[in-house]
Amino acid sequence: MTRVAPVAPGASPVRPAETATPSRPAGLRPRWLVAGVVAVLVALVAGVSLGPVTIPPGSVAAELLNLLPGVHLESGLNEREIAIVTELRLPRVVLGLLVGGMLALAGGCYQGVFRNPLADPYLLGVAAGAGVAVTAVIALGGAGTEGTLTGLPLTIPLAAFIGSLSAVALTYLLGAAGGRSRSPAMLILAGVAVSAFLSAGQTYLLQRNADSIQAVYSWLLGRLATAGWHDVLLVLPYAVLTAVVVLLHGRELDVLSVGDDEASSLGLHPQRSRYLLIAAASLGTAAAVSATGLIGFVGIIVPHTVRLLAGSSYRVILPLSLLFGAAFLALTDVAARTVAAPAEIPIGVVTALLGGPFFVLILRTARRVLT
Amino acid sequence: MSAASAVEVRDLHVTMDRTPILAGIDLTVTVGEWVTVIGPNGAGKSTLLRAVGGLLAAPGAVRLFGTPIESLRRRDRARVVATVAQSPVVPPGMPVLDYVLLGRTPYIPPLGRESAADLAAVHEVLSRLDLTGFVRRELATLSGGERQRVFLARALAQGATLLLLDEPTSALDIGHQQEVLDLVDQLRREHELTVVATMHDLSIAGEYADRMVLLAEGRVAAAGTPREVLTERLLAEHYRASVRVVDGEHGPLIVPVRRR
Repeated sequence: MTRVAPVAPGASPVRPAETATPSRPAGLRPRWLVAGVVAVLVALVAGVSLGPVTIPPGSVAAELLNLLPGVHLESGLNEREIAIVTELRLPRVVLGLLVGGMLALAGGCYQGVFRNPLADPYLLGVAAGAGVAVTAVIALGGAGTEGTLTGLPLTIPLAAFIGSLSAVALTYLLGAAGGRSRSPAMLILAGVAVSAFLSAGQTYLLQRNADSIQAVYSWLLGRLATAGWHDVLLVLPYAVLTAVVVLLHGRELDVLSVGDDEASSLGLHPQRSRYLLIAAASLGTAAAVSATGLIGFVGIIVPHTVRLLAGSSYRVILPLSLLFGAAFLALTDVAARTVAAPAEIPIGVVTALLGGPFFVLILRTARRVLT
Repeated sequence: MSAASAVEVRDLHVTMDRTPILAGIDLTVTVGEWVTVIGPNGAGKSTLLRAVGGLLAAPGAVRLFGTPIESLRRRDRARVVATVAQSPVVPPGMPVLDYVLLGRTPYIPPLGRESAADLAAVHEVLSRLDLTGFVRRELATLSGGERQRVFLARALAQGATLLLLDEPTSALDIGHQQEVLDLVDQLRREHELTVVATMHDLSIAGEYADRMVLLAEGRVAAAGTPREVLTERLLAEHYRASVRVVDGEHGPLIVPVRRR
């Protein structure tokens, strides 16, 4: 049924001013794109310059530009400071940018694919799958190395990656097993079932191996702490692939927003697009999770903030989520490691502490409505 | 099989969960014709429309303009037949212009973006439907009648010559019902569109249709001109309704009469 909404008083059916110039669709406005790129650059410079040793932002910017081929600027930094910039802080900031961008992009993509504002990248079991796999590795495999993360530098990311993708595959198989009645809701429910099942397995493993609880939890809360260029290189290929696939489908997600029936009567294959996008977003999420653990909230608040401020088309939401998600997580990491320095607050805690109130503020002030 | 038939349905059977919904439907709609499908709730009207629109697999049963529907690629099918659903989803926050542009999807390459030609086509449709002043408005903020015009605009932007309307007026007051149907009729004459609609209001249905098809329990109970289909006997039998049929200017008028 089409609900009859009250017409704004004075809204005349024809406005001559608008008939004169043909209007463009509400696509991505250049100023928003610029704002996103600026946010990423600010996060990059702030992330590298702030820390136990503060390095002037100007020098950081110069040193970053020096990384470009053919650029030689005098940054005024000594060898040690240059090493801090390029070997310690830069990889961590870049990893934060990649992971934040991936989580926000995947979140926005899932919200479109499922036409559900509550969808987040962990919806189909990524978190539970990674959680149970990492717990198994730490609890069972890590016993010989006293359960420390450093004892298993490679196996934890690999386990998280395999665990999360297996969980999504299981969700897909269960959700698709309905045959005719395959619907987005079936997949979401299958994701709930798989997540509950795997979380139960994880809880059981933890109960049996209580000595590994701390290591598991520090992973669950998310961490950018051990990032070196190695981690960045592990995530990068998946991030690029996911970003390309998802960003190319912005218009299709807009078409999907009118429902499967209408999308297919407009010539699309909604099911096919949905599975391709789920696969791409899950791959990016799994890569992000394997590098940094479970960082919550980014995948929900960033796409919604973008939607509320910049527009509801997925051609706007997806690229801006990628940029602002990247900037958001990198800046959050700055807070996580400076607020209680020298101690670090788990980044997942900071995303929720900072992001929650910010999101409420946006919700209360934004002009648009969500549903 | 004449070239002039826009829709040709032969012995269409649709079964869902082992319940037969349609049990052997035959229907021919010639080019430029307006055929309205009526029938009591659950008779299979929407299912028939879905099959004609290609949303239900019905191998061998449906031909559009002489071509078996299953041999059309989706994009090509979408250029031939456009559907306005009974209650189309209104995506939150989407402006009218963007919504109508979705109708150009079958002309936009996969993963591509709309061309200037697509935009021009949409602006032409918008001005024809008197919607130019609404382009920046969010669809969700429009009234029922305005929305229905926007839904029609999206279907017309598809450039299809076969228009399927599932209960196009069920959410509208009587004035807006007439406005929307007059508009459809005018567009049909100007652009040689073929219209297949389902409707509940029998008087209005009879005034706009060239021919009517009465569905009951998944079969065609009657077909013909409104005067042939809208009879007290047929309506009593298939709707279990007590009505008087009064001869009107453009077709029979149906007046419900309370049973004693």
